[in-house]
Amino acid sequence: MTHLMMSSTLSAYKISIFSIALFAFSQTGCDVSQLNNPYPKADAEKSVLYSSFAERPKHLDPAVAYSSDEYGFIGQIYEPPLQYHYLKRPYQLQPLTANVMPVVRFLDQKGQLLPTTAPESAIAYSEYVIDIKPGIRYQPHPAFTQNTQGQFVYHQLNQTQLAEINTLSDFAEQQSRELTADDYVYQIKRLAYPKIQSPIAELMAGYIDGFSEFAQSSAKLPITELKNQPMRGVEAINAHQYKIRIKGQYPQFQFWLAMPFFAPMPWEADAFYAQTELKNKNISLDWFPVGTGPYWLEENNPNRRMVLAKNPNYHADFYPTDGDAGDRENGWLADAGKPLPLVERVVYTLEKETIPYWAKFLQGYYDASGIASDSFDQAVQFSGSGDPQLTPLMQEKQIQLQTSVSASLFYLGFNMLDNVVGGDSERARKLRQAISIAVDYEEFIAIFANGRGVAAQGALPPGIFGYQEGQVGINPVVYDWQKDQPQRKTIEQAKQLLAEAGYSNGIDPKTGEALLLYFDTTAVGTDDRALMNWYRKQFEKLGIQLVIRGTDYNRFQEKMRTGAAQLFVWGWNADYPDPENFFFLLYGPNSKVKQGGENAGNYANPQFDRLFEQMRNMPNGAERQKIIDQMQNIIRQDAPWLFGYYPKDFALFHSWYHNLKPARMIVNRLKYSRIDSQDREQKRQQWNQAQFWPVILMSLGLAGLVWPVIRAYRRRQQETQND
Amino acid sequence: MINYLIRRLLYALPLLMAVNVLTFVLFFVVNSPDDMARMQLGQKRVTEQAIANWKHQHGYDLPLLFNSDEQGAKQLTTTIFYQKSVNLFLFDFGISDSGRNIGADIQQRMWPSLALALPSLIVGLLVNISLALFMVLFRNSYLELGGSVLLVMLMSISSLFYIIGGQFLIGKLLKWVPISGYDSGWSAIKFLMLPVMISVVAGIGSGVRWYRSLFLEEVEKDYVRTARAKGLSETQVLFKHVLQNAMIPILTGVVVVLPLLFMGSLIMESFFSIPGLGSYTIDAINRQDFAIVRSMVFLGSVLYIAGLLLTDISYTLVDPRVRLS
Repeated sequence: MTHLMMSSTLSAYKISIFSIALFAFSQTGCDVSQLNNPYPKADAEKSVLYSSFAERPKHLDPAVAYSSDEYGFIGQIYEPPLQYHYLKRPYQLQPLTANVMPVVRFLDQKGQLLPTTAPESAIAYSEYVIDIKPGIRYQPHPAFTQNTQGQFVYHQLNQTQLAEINTLSDFAEQQSRELTADDYVYQIKRLAYPKIQSPIAELMAGYIDGFSEFAQSSAKLPITELKNQPMRGVEAINAHQYKIRIKGQYPQFQFWLAMPFFAPMPWEADAFYAQTELKNKNISLDWFPVGTGPYWLEENNPNRRMVLAKNPNYHADFYPTDGDAGDRENGWLADAGKPLPLVERVVYTLEKETIPYWAKFLQGYYDASGIASDSFDQAVQFSGSGDPQLTPLMQEKQIQLQTSVSASLFYLGFNMLDNVVGGDSERARKLRQAISIAVDYEEFIAIFANGRGVAAQGALPPGIFGYQEGQVGINPVVYDWQKDQPQRKTIEQAKQLLAEAGYSNGIDPKTGEALLLYFDTTAVGTDDRALMNWYRKQFEKLGIQLVIRGTDYNRFQEKMRTGAAQLFVWGWNADYPDPENFFFLLYGPNSKVKQGGENAGNYANPQFDRLFEQMRNMPNGAERQKIIDQMQNIIRQDAPWLFGYYPKDFALFHSWYHNLKPARMIVNRLKYSRIDSQDREQKRQQWNQAQFWPVILMSLGLAGLVWPVIRAYRRRQQETQND
Repeated sequence: MINYLIRRLLYALPLLMAVNVLTFVLFFVVNSPDDMARMQLGQKRVTEQAIANWKHQHGYDLPLLFNSDEQGAKQLTTTIFYQKSVNLFLFDFGISDSGRNIGADIQQRMWPSLALALPSLIVGLLVNISLALFMVLFRNSYLELGGSVLLVMLMSISSLFYIIGGQFLIGKLLKWVPISGYDSGWSAIKFLMLPVMISVVAGIGSGVRWYRSLFLEEVEKDYVRTARAKGLSETQVLFKHVLQNAMIPILTGVVVVLPLLFMGSLIMESFFSIPGLGSYTIDAINRQDFAIVRSMVFLGSVLYIAGLLLTDISYTLVDPRVRLS
């Protein structure tokens, strides 16, 4: 009887546990065919693009944000007056919120208009007059909400209102207003305002007339006062036209006008976010942007998920109808003329580790993926000719591979202020040239970058005006042109240069021992040992002993600032597609030690500097190309850098992801993306059928174990009782 | 007992102060305010003026510990240490160096941490104690020997292997649950099942061995022999008497970690994309965000002290002989 009762109690217990589990499971909203689906079932066939982020963006304020991960978000929300054409290469600027490309007028010292043919010396100012399209409206936002009397409802929140607010969506009423020229002017004032700490404030102070003075006069003002303070060189002419006066000539300024720094900012946003209680709830402009772009940030939980949703007020914007040759064949013009954006929502999920990210990509839960080194072999294999190809696993899933050389450069720099490797002497130059030959970057790319890079021939990467393909573009100091391709010079030639430098077989005549050089690096982890050994071996080929000075990031920066480093690795991502943005890294007056600039190696060559000053204000053309060639030749001979390599981006994306043309320079590219949700859902279902055979196996295994355990248990009970 | 609690809380104050000073010194030995400014301002186009502005705006332009330019008490109060530390004792964590409210972030992130840690602890405890009792039940048998070998094997495997292996097997091959992710409310269950299961399995090796040794010590005691002499079955002896008397060492290990469950697990949360507090401190150290580092170290110390206090109190509950005075 007791046994029976126990058994029935046990059954009831089991049933209740099972019921709870079933209830809990049903509440999770799982589809039985996709138990592993991390997204709600309701979103299955919606036009949603799924992506991820590994680290939360530091800033979403367009005056402060400056990194590519930050631009991934704000590029879709804020709209500067210009943008790059999505399909045409080399990159071409075109109006975005501007009606037409800005009119540039030259003025003399007295502010009198000069003809466009005026000599450079006569031009005191360049004035950019920008017309913006009427009728563009901001996303709905509480900062714009006014009552019937025209008063802002949420600019002075009381404690009762604040108690109910935890995020921006808690504001019941969200209004909008039309974009005006004043908003662009206001944003430029924000760039100058010291409390905002824009990274380009110092740079713009050198170009925009009245910028420095505004920064000084506004330093002690509250941000809400900015709109009332005039800036001399920046002015709204009317509601849809404004002008910016630049000191002298600065043709690259048009590229800045395509960056979020120059996107409009309504003064109401600053007035709204200036409320301390909102800041304490993490509701700030840095986390909740206010823009006119195709998307608005619907959810911002940087610890978990960020969601961009289509801006209901987005203005008329259409997919380009023309592009480069081959774009139509690649399917990049299939949506020509369609209204943008093509995707309703973009969901970014925090994914810190590459392994789960990769697995979810293969299951179809992410639409695109980069390739981490640990999954590279799974995704890509190289053909006999060295071309990257997808593995059969990827081909089976119809995944596509896209490669493109980015407008970036990783170089190994010499500190030109150093007594051994630096300076303008023939000895030092030949030493640097010898090292340039010995350090085999083709090998580096093959071993450490999985072939994802192109050995650099100079300071300009492909896609930037001035870059030369073929024999004319090679670095003659390091390469010979053989069999229609650059061939690195032999180590004997490098040794010959080293001997001419006075270091025969790498022996330093001062000490009679191997020449000691010091390589400062922050790569101090165990994973970096192989790389450091590789560097050592490259120098050993010349008989030079390379000492690795591992250091933390702070000390490394300090060494660079004080000129205490000898050899170092540095990189640069282009701000805009112009040779000036690379050559300025070698411009003497930008020396890091002397001027705190971006010339990390402190290279200074008067001839190069002169050519740079001449080249930077020139329009693209044969004359500019000629000067660029001269500049490249100077730095190839001087070898202040081992030019290193241009990284090559490898991107994988599923067959349902359309219109993905490589466009690293274009920050607002998301609006052109299209997702075929039905195809995606079909493939997800096909790829994600749960397997239950192990449960049956495990049950059988357990059943096999039960009887011996019961016997052992009974025996033990009897033993105890017998004791 | 009240007196005891008050005394212990008062002891905690100098301890917390010492932890605070130590954190401050260690942090600023490695990072200067200039370094912090550079880290926050990014790598491109950072000027000395921008660094000075950042330091001024965030209060890092003051001397570290002693201000010789001031008079009297201000020599101590107009310093980075004082300005950044005093509010901690009021549990006002302030704003992080990247501009977010730390208290709000902690409040938001501790729940996912708890959602993972609490079931892992409870299920792990039940599984470990049950298995340990079964091993003791089958002591001096091949079952115990086999079990011990298995436990040593389980202990020898890295926790990272459990995570990656679990994700591969359950998430990727069998496709039972999402590999990683998180959602709020009931929807979180499907995301938590796998990490909880892995936590439990990864802890079986060491946990069962630990509890087994506790129970083995107990089963040799006189009261156990008396219980057996009274004719109780071995199961009754173990589950009624041995388990109850082994509660003090079990509680010592468990109650002390209860408050720390809020602090999360770095690796688990990282691999399963659970938005908890696990990586909050490490991320802050990497970003040189002193405001978060000091807050989290302070909070960790407070919670640890609270855990010790709770352990003491729990002794009185399970063992009537213990009196706090």
